Amino acid sequence: MAAITSDNHGLRLAARYAVLVLIAVIFIFPLIFMLMSSLKPDQQLLTDTESLRAFLPVGDISLDNYFAAFRRAPVGLFVFNSVLVTGLTVLLSLVVCSLAAFAFVFVDWRGRELVLTLILATLIVPFETIAIPLLLISANLPWIGLEGVTRGWLNSYQVQIVPFVADGLTIFLFVQYFKDLPGELIEAARVEGASWWQIYRRVVMPLAGPVLATAAILKFLAMYNQYLWPLMVVQQERYRPVMVGLQYFFQLNRAWGEIMAYLSLITVPVLAFYLFLQRAFIASIASTGVKG
Amino acid sequence: MARVSLSGIKKNYGGVEIIKGVDIDIADGEFTVFVGPSGCGKSTLLRMIAGLEDISDGTLTIGERVVNDLPPKDRSIAMVFQSYAIFPHMTVRENLAFGLTIANAPKAEKDAKVAEAARILQMEHLLERRPSQLSGGQRQRVAIGRAIVRKPGVFLFDEPLSNLDAALRVDMRMELSKLHADLGATMIYVTHDQVEAMTLADKIVVLNAGIVQQVGSPLELYHRPANIFVAGFIGSPKMNFLKVRVEAVDATSVTVGSADIGKLVLPRANATAKVGDEVTIGMRPHHLTVGGAQDITGRVVLVERLGNETLAAVVLGSGQQIIAALPGDIDVAPGQELHLATQADRASLFLANGLAA
Ligand SMILES: Nc1ncnc2c1ncn2[C@@H]1O[C@H](COP(=O)(O)OP(=O)(O)O)[C@@H](O)[C@H]1O
Ligand SMILES: [Mg+2]
Repeated sequence: MAAITSDNHGLRLAARYAVLVLIAVIFIFPLIFMLMSSLKPDQQLLTDTESLRAFLPVGDISLDNYFAAFRRAPVGLFVFNSVLVTGLTVLLSLVVCSLAAFAFVFVDWRGRELVLTLILATLIVPFETIAIPLLLISANLPWIGLEGVTRGWLNSYQVQIVPFVADGLTIFLFVQYFKDLPGELIEAARVEGASWWQIYRRVVMPLAGPVLATAAILKFLAMYNQYLWPLMVVQQERYRPVMVGLQYFFQLNRAWGEIMAYLSLITVPVLAFYLFLQRAFIASIASTGVKG
Repeated sequence: MARVSLSGIKKNYGGVEIIKGVDIDIADGEFTVFVGPSGCGKSTLLRMIAGLEDISDGTLTIGERVVNDLPPKDRSIAMVFQSYAIFPHMTVRENLAFGLTIANAPKAEKDAKVAEAARILQMEHLLERRPSQLSGGQRQRVAIGRAIVRKPGVFLFDEPLSNLDAALRVDMRMELSKLHADLGATMIYVTHDQVEAMTLADKIVVLNAGIVQQVGSPLELYHRPANIFVAGFIGSPKMNFLKVRVEAVDATSVTVGSADIGKLVLPRANATAKVGDEVTIGMRPHHLTVGGAQDITGRVVLVERLGNETLAAVVLGSGQQIIAALPGDIDVAPGQELHLATQADRASLFLANGLAA
């Protein structure tokens, strides 16, 4: 009996791995295609797509496309801009949205249900509908910088960051997670004398690893992929992010090899971020025993 | 160390009165247990004392101060929760020291107090572990330890043993008694388990539907329940209740009778019952004996053998059922006719309004 059960178990495990491997392959093939193509001249790249050679480093392999990409566009600047904007937005959004959710879940105040409902209602408003009003507002906002008070946020980093710091989805994620935390933990902290801020800092946030990771990933992807908004508000190359930078490669002659090289380069921060988060995520689950 | 006094305490949840005017005085160092069925408002009352719920009406005094509007941390209380509520991301040491850390206490003081609490609860070897590496009983200890560290005037416990298995519960019960004796602190303990209440309490407060039913020592409640609710709630198996009629009343006794029990003369001075009243007699299963002069006759329908005693369910002529707790493994079987007697001086009598006569 025992042998049969354990055989079954082994088979089930094998089947599970087979499915996981299949899914992983499906997801990784476009990436391999991108990476391999970035090493090939355009002519070969296009003919290779007719066979499995598209996924293999064969033929005339070189880094020429990368050099060409750097010559055509300030790739480093674009990546820096995107990483800066995305990183700051993710950080600020985790702080602001978790604080908001904390107030909605743990602090008792008049009208919190109504305000939360309004915030959640923004989830169904597509960005395109508010883009123009937001543009008009941004164009007139004051800013205190090194040059004193200026008016108008167009062509800046803050115009790409501030509008996206607080959003309904992130607040919703935190609210749901906080609601599932045992209420007696919060009460125990109150009885022990913790202030709201101390409860947030010392009890709630250390237990929020899983939702922090989830919210960070979603925010990172949304911000890194920003296209429409920076196209509208940033005309100067100085502040341009990676996705808008892609335009440099869609000129009269499409340089597919360079496009692939550019895409490979701008994928690096995403992978780095993901690996970092995965480690942090596992560490947080291991240390708290709280599962997401 | 502190006395606690509740006066006219009420609690409303959205117009519904959950606690309906509670007056209790708890002396310094007393172990008081709030007991009552689930949903009667015990936790709400305790949480009002803790400061986790607003007090809708009345006055709450801890020590010499009215604390109605003080936050929990200023009430000189510590609380142990049913779920233990120890912080999963902190080691046992950090959990114990949490209140002191919050208050920015110096490290030397923290270490000393944590060491003392750990010694009292015999968990020095667990200090560097995380809660996920502890058993239920050990987590319970951490929760109690966290309360001890801050040396509160009043300890509050909300059903702290209900998540433990039966054997551990008995052990922890004894430890809590010992802890109370050692610390000499005021303790208020909430439970729905009357055995816990009987074994732990100096003073029991029986609650039902947000109203205090009776306050007294465990034996007072057992022997002289103030009303039919307390009589039924305290004691296991439950007290037997039978409908009877008052046949005679004089200065020192009340005579009641019915087809089931015949005539029974209960010693009662200044009884409030009047001749002809329909009343309820209460007889504890352990006060019923086989044979004897007075005769309660019925048919055995169920026998439960516990080894040290035998519980027999007996259906009387009128169809009412009573339980008798008989000594040892006495020879009874379902279907058999049984003649029982009760001790008249230990029986209780309740008027139609439920109050003891
Ligand atoms: N936050 C609340 N809102 C509304 N009703 C509540 C709330 N908390 C408790 N109650 C009600 O108050 C009553 C007493 O609850 P509780 O004090 O928890 O009972 P116990 O601890 O004795 O089981 C219950 O009927 C419960 O439904
Ligand atoms: Mg309760």
